[in-house]
Amino acid sequence: MGLKTPLYAEHLSAGARMVDFGGWDMPVNYGSQIEEHHAVRRDAGMFDVSHMGVVDVKGARVRPFLRHLLANDVSRLQVSGKALYSCLLREDGGILDDLIVYFLTESWFRMVVNAGTRDKDLAWIRRHASAFAVEVMERKDLAMIAVQGPNARDKAATLLPAAERAAALALDTFVGAEIADLFIARTGYTGEDGWEMIVPAFRAAQIWNALHAAGVACCGLGARDTLRLEAGMNLYGSDMDESTHPLESSLGWTVAWTPAERDFVGRTALESIRKSGSPRQLIGLLLEERGVLRSHQKVVAPGVGEGEVTSGTFSPTLERSIGLARVPANSGERVQVDIRGRLLNTRVVKPPFVRNGRPLVS
Amino acid sequence: MSKIPSDLKYTKSHEWVRALADGSVEIGITDHAQEALGDLVFVEVPEVGRKLAAGEACAVVESVKAASDVYSPLAGEVIEGNVDLAAAPELVNQDPYGNGWLLRFKPADKSGLAKLLDAAAYGKHLETEAH
Repeated sequence: MGLKTPLYAEHLSAGARMVDFGGWDMPVNYGSQIEEHHAVRRDAGMFDVSHMGVVDVKGARVRPFLRHLLANDVSRLQVSGKALYSCLLREDGGILDDLIVYFLTESWFRMVVNAGTRDKDLAWIRRHASAFAVEVMERKDLAMIAVQGPNARDKAATLLPAAERAAALALDTFVGAEIADLFIARTGYTGEDGWEMIVPAFRAAQIWNALHAAGVACCGLGARDTLRLEAGMNLYGSDMDESTHPLESSLGWTVAWTPAERDFVGRTALESIRKSGSPRQLIGLLLEERGVLRSHQKVVAPGVGEGEVTSGTFSPTLERSIGLARVPANSGERVQVDIRGRLLNTRVVKPPFVRNGRPLVS
Repeated sequence: MSKIPSDLKYTKSHEWVRALADGSVEIGITDHAQEALGDLVFVEVPEVGRKLAAGEACAVVESVKAASDVYSPLAGEVIEGNVDLAAAPELVNQDPYGNGWLLRFKPADKSGLAKLLDAAAYGKHLETEAH
């Protein structure tokens, strides 16, 4: 038996099919994964993401600490509630995790980290925090519900006290705020509008059920994966891990190179890779034949070399298979993928594949 | 609980077999198998005329989650594949024992059918797998 979120009983009573995910018993679907996917693209769906870690960092020197710890630069966060996506790197540039960091006050930032990496992350963060006298707190008293889709915010706002609704609906993209006893942020992992709501664990079931009553569909990790892949977002552990660096993971944009004097963990290693050019790259693939791309399938770039599919699925929106693959740099526009012994043709495309309900590739 | 019709034969790898009046057999995957796989998005059925050995991979069913081989429960020669599944793989989810059939073939030796699991034995097999 794995770890359970505060919503475990709700999943069982909704008929979820449960699977192990990073040591947690999580719902993979509640019936049809494809219907859940469409609910998010067309209306509103919710995901229990309480298995992710909420880590508060507090102290007078928390900003300098995070400017050292993270590859992206928290000096970009100047308005309270503003969020930033960043990699957490090893000294050699390997990716320990990807996370979202929120600026709350000058002495309080909040990070949301992946479930499978939270223990490793916490140890790493604490190790670096001591020099800055920063306090690192894992908030096990909190749960997290992602409400996503074109109608997600409107439906979720009905749960809030009337006086708080306008403020919640006025939140800008990638900004969060404490509203009533919740922390609501306009972020997500689906390519749709919506909120991620960090809620007191003891209230999670009540909020989940109220969202359901407001017409928000229960969605499992299966739909979450097809949605994020359509949105061209990396999954830690599949598309990147400690053996890969941001420049070969389509995450160069998350590395803040300036100011040059900012000394962040992994900078020296990344600078040298950047100078010589990364020999590998992460690309988007559209399968042009019948079949389904899956992680670990071999990719062949004729005359260049070989690579590997890192994520692959059937895209319910495009009704064809899409994937991400790590291949040699300059692999060209057309590569082939070995699917059960046959080399099938794919076209290289720049993710995202789908955004805000609309296909971006054809 | 998944459905296990009593008039069919089964394998431990979750295929079902239906004996047809003309001596041929029809094969598909069980209700349990389709539920475990989730929404099917791609089905590959064998070509007519292909000779199959018992236990040979004869079809592929892919869901959003995973690809899975379907094994021929008996030796024989394929006489028909369900071509409707190319455009509508979800038929396997909706009606695994009916419109979601995968292939029909002429068994090399009809006595093989008797050696497969009956509904009760397959039901027991599912229970032991669950623990």
